[in-house]
Amino acid sequence: MVELNLSILLAGVVAGATPVVLAALGETITEKAGIINLSLDGTILLGAMAAFALSYETGSLLAGFMGGAAVGAVVAGIVAVFSIYLGQNQVAVGFVLTLMTRDLAYFLGNAYARLQGPQVPPQPIPLLSKIPFLGEVFFSHNIPVYFSLLFIAFCWWYIYRTPLGLQLRAVGEHPRAVYARGIDPRKLQVLYAVCGGCFVGLAGAVFSLSAKPGWGRPQGAEGTGWIALALVIFGGWHPVKAALGAYLFAFLQVMGIYFQGWFPSVPAQVFQVAPFPLMIFTLVLMHLAQKESVLSWAEEKAWMKSIVHMFSGAAPAALGKPYRSE
Amino acid sequence: MKSSNIIKKIREILLTLLAVFAFTTVILLLAGAPPLKAYYHIFKGSLGSWIKLSYVIKAWIPLTLCACGLLYTFRINLWNIGVEGQMMMGAVVTTAVLRLGIDTQVPNLVLWLSFIGGIVGGAAWALLAGYLKTRGGVNEIFAGLGLNFVAQGIILWLIFGLWKRPGVASMSGTEIFPPELWLFYAPGLRISPAGLAIVIIAVIITAAMLRYTRIGLNLKAIGANRDAAYLFGLRPGKYMLIAMIFAGGFAGIAGSMQVTGVYHRLLPAISSNYGYLALLVVMLANYNVWLAPAVAFFFACLNVGSIQLPMKLQLDSSLSGVIQGALVLAILAIHAWRTRVKFRAAEEAPTKMQQANGSRVES
Amino acid sequence: MWIELQDIHKYYGPVRANNGVSIKVVPGTIHGILGENGAGKSTLMKILSGYTQKTKGAILLDGKSVTYQNPAQAARLGIGMLYQDPLDFPLLSILDNFMLGQTGGFADQRKKYRQEFESLSNSINFSLDPDAVVRGLTIGERQQLEIMRMLALGIEVLILDEPTTGISGTQKELLFNALSKLASEGKSVILVSHKLEDVEALCHTVSVLRYGKVTGRMDAPFNTAELLKMMFGTLPVPPTRKPTKPGETVLDLQQVSASGGRTGLKSCTVAIRKGEIVGLAGLEGSGQGVFLRIASGLKQPKTGEVRLGGRKLGGQDYHALKRLGVAFLPTSRLEEGLISGLNITEHFALQSHHNGFLVRWQKAFEKAARRIDNFRIKGAPASPVESLSGGNQQRLLLSFLPANPVLLLLENPTRGLDVESVNWVWQHLQEYCASETGTCIVFSSSELDEIMMVADRVLVFFNGSVIKDTKTAETDTQELGRAIAGKV
Repeated sequence: MVELNLSILLAGVVAGATPVVLAALGETITEKAGIINLSLDGTILLGAMAAFALSYETGSLLAGFMGGAAVGAVVAGIVAVFSIYLGQNQVAVGFVLTLMTRDLAYFLGNAYARLQGPQVPPQPIPLLSKIPFLGEVFFSHNIPVYFSLLFIAFCWWYIYRTPLGLQLRAVGEHPRAVYARGIDPRKLQVLYAVCGGCFVGLAGAVFSLSAKPGWGRPQGAEGTGWIALALVIFGGWHPVKAALGAYLFAFLQVMGIYFQGWFPSVPAQVFQVAPFPLMIFTLVLMHLAQKESVLSWAEEKAWMKSIVHMFSGAAPAALGKPYRSE
Repeated sequence: MKSSNIIKKIREILLTLLAVFAFTTVILLLAGAPPLKAYYHIFKGSLGSWIKLSYVIKAWIPLTLCACGLLYTFRINLWNIGVEGQMMMGAVVTTAVLRLGIDTQVPNLVLWLSFIGGIVGGAAWALLAGYLKTRGGVNEIFAGLGLNFVAQGIILWLIFGLWKRPGVASMSGTEIFPPELWLFYAPGLRISPAGLAIVIIAVIITAAMLRYTRIGLNLKAIGANRDAAYLFGLRPGKYMLIAMIFAGGFAGIAGSMQVTGVYHRLLPAISSNYGYLALLVVMLANYNVWLAPAVAFFFACLNVGSIQLPMKLQLDSSLSGVIQGALVLAILAIHAWRTRVKFRAAEEAPTKMQQANGSRVES
Repeated sequence: MWIELQDIHKYYGPVRANNGVSIKVVPGTIHGILGENGAGKSTLMKILSGYTQKTKGAILLDGKSVTYQNPAQAARLGIGMLYQDPLDFPLLSILDNFMLGQTGGFADQRKKYRQEFESLSNSINFSLDPDAVVRGLTIGERQQLEIMRMLALGIEVLILDEPTTGISGTQKELLFNALSKLASEGKSVILVSHKLEDVEALCHTVSVLRYGKVTGRMDAPFNTAELLKMMFGTLPVPPTRKPTKPGETVLDLQQVSASGGRTGLKSCTVAIRKGEIVGLAGLEGSGQGVFLRIASGLKQPKTGEVRLGGRKLGGQDYHALKRLGVAFLPTSRLEEGLISGLNITEHFALQSHHNGFLVRWQKAFEKAARRIDNFRIKGAPASPVESLSGGNQQRLLLSFLPANPVLLLLENPTRGLDVESVNWVWQHLQEYCASETGTCIVFSSSELDEIMMVADRVLVFFNGSVIKDTKTAETDTQELGRAIAGKV
């Protein structure tokens, strides 16, 4: 029997969720601006490969993280330019890039497979890590984990509290109105697509330098991109909700290990697909929560109303429909 | 006019190929590999011998089948990314039918029944995604993607649970079927006549469906303008489901081919990513039925040929995927450029339009 | 600020939306731009506000010629515009909408802008809750928000495009008071409207546009008859058509209300009889579109009862009504009516009634060729529909109509067509009514002369209600023009 130790379990969740949090938040930023970057799954792998290779060659972890971020930015930039300036379907371009970047990662990374490379050392925060329970859960990790925690707060603050974040939300809702207010919606969309891509690439770097150190085929990051894309929807395009979704997902994954101990006949891989039916179910609920008949039905029941409200996150109105000048 | 158009087309294609060739060469140099040698091995590994060609055809069959299916969904403007899972579920049902029929004395009948099972399995899985789209308001990309992972989970569960090999369950899949339940291969040719026939029939059926039947026409009309098609008396939701059934059916039979013709068992990687690759095939073929098999053949060559890379040059075989992706991106870029040029030309000739179309406001 | 528009031209492809417009606006006044739909008012104002670029002409501010490429540059010069559909962000709060475009950077400046917002709303007498979400506001409140935003930007010239459409009487009063106050402070206000009443109540000077040209200018006090003449021209009075004897009721609406359009439809009671041609007049989006869509089954009424041929309808959709002989043609030919990407033959194949598995291409081709000939469409069976001109697209759509429809519902059937095409279309349509079926036709149009010419009866829509229902023989364009403007 596997024993449950809550603080170890939760610490594992916080650490394991880090790359997913970064990717989901990066994509949230991109989609808030109205651009769908479907290429996440491949981008994360290519970012992971580039980060590992760079830090292996230079010996610098920082170079690795920057390389990963740069890869993410470039891929997202391709999606944005193809869609905004060349008028191509975002989904098509993103999908092609998903497959292509993954294969590119495997191909270029072949020489680095199964090598012992640099790895982010654990850095418990002095004092804070001594707090019982909370210290172990939140403050006994490494820098990327702390960064991801801060980044959640930063995203929320940036999107909902700063004038720049206001522009970001506005351009995803109504690019024409943004234009009428003297801001070039296209530049803004490219900018935020690239910014979001940076964090997706960074998520890859966190995989190969910290969460699942090293490179190989498979690396272990496969599928994360799709999860992150689903989490953006799950979170109703709200950064904090998306991050919570990422922790829920990581929790399910960690629990999978325990479940496997409890139900040895069920393979671990089965638990890994659990988030996907959950995602579809959530999407259906979100669709229902927007229906007028459901809304009026829930109006009289207070608890139903709050549930409906929870699922009422709507996609940015102009998502996938970039601005075209008249 | 016409010949200059053809020259333009050829020039575009050459330009695309050249760009992709240059890109791939840079990638190879980055990986520290000799480019010419790599290309040589890919070529020799795919078309260099009859055996290699037979491998190419083995890959070409499911790829073309999936591409055929996708033509229906693209026609109505649906992104059936779930084709991968539909192929897997086709393979699952095929395996189920074969397992049930393993002790009967009529292997041929069982084999054919398993194909039908594959079609049903794929179509049902596609229909599920279709209902999620039309009734549940779930975008077909996410519905399909989610169902892909669920299908993968089902396969793993079967391999490690219900259908596990006596003794050890492993990623290498279920127990291999007896040869009576293998797809028949012509001994000298190493090619399955039945498989080949199914593909050719699939292409012809698809071409005919899209060109000559009301279903094909209606799919096109709804895909081009859903509101107007509704005014013409069509029900978009119904036709979305029909398109999904076709796509799933073809993907399902592709899964049957993988089980009966290639692996003779169910294994986790049964779909070999051919569903996803077929999406690229159809895009590169510009949604054309007759070009799709040719592009699929080219892609199959790349896939099979690049298997040589790890053996001969210690490179990863995924170079094929890089080339395929680069090709599609290049085509999309060229397409964008072409429509831009057209658009500009139209803007520069407003006077001509004016004569043809006097306006009321003016009069 | 003095504004002078000199010889402004704007062409959209073949359409001349503005054809040499010159207007001068005196600072400290409210200047009305009057004209019917399609006269070119909105285009002119979009040019002035920098949203659209002019084809030719000059804009002078205080005598200096200026050029600008976008609304932001116009705003820096002091020109701001309230669009007919407010360009705001429904999901954001009022305060966020107010700030957006005024400020950038990281620092949270809500406090500062909240103060500015509150002092502004006090000075102009609007009361908006800065934390309310815009989605829940009425059009009138959204206008107030936009006006305050403009003032915060330091606007000297405020343009309003049809601001009184869809707002309540109280809000109108608030708006007019605010505008008068702004003018008295020396700002220039340009009010675009087709409503005489509003213009007369508020403006110091009026310029009238018709067919993209200025047809007149008048200072207060206004002569209504004169203004109407400038708007609609002096009209020939040829009712070319003998009024038919209307038969039994075909379409019967009892107290029907529905949402949609700018105003929705408000308890509408109308009966349409066999063989009648009924014109729907009114400002775009005053309920005509909703009326046609309810009658065709594309939309379901919220309350009220619809009867077709005496049978009460209960949720039958468009397809069901189509089988009962109702046909509908939408305004936007290429967006809703035709399927771009498909050619003429394919459209006829789609149309075909047989239910076989295969498309009868040969038959469809022959039918297409025949109809192209009969309807004198300039095109070939293989021509993609988007390559046809507007007139030919409309001919094609008419050629799809069933042989003996009970009820024809046409939304702006002659919009954008040249005179020859218009005449042809009506000759063709009138044949339906003369036929044995006694088809009745209900059509909407922004051209009063067209309605006078072909309709037996006219329904004037104002703010979602039918405010006038009369025989065309018993009315004239002046009276209709007043009704369109809300004066019965």
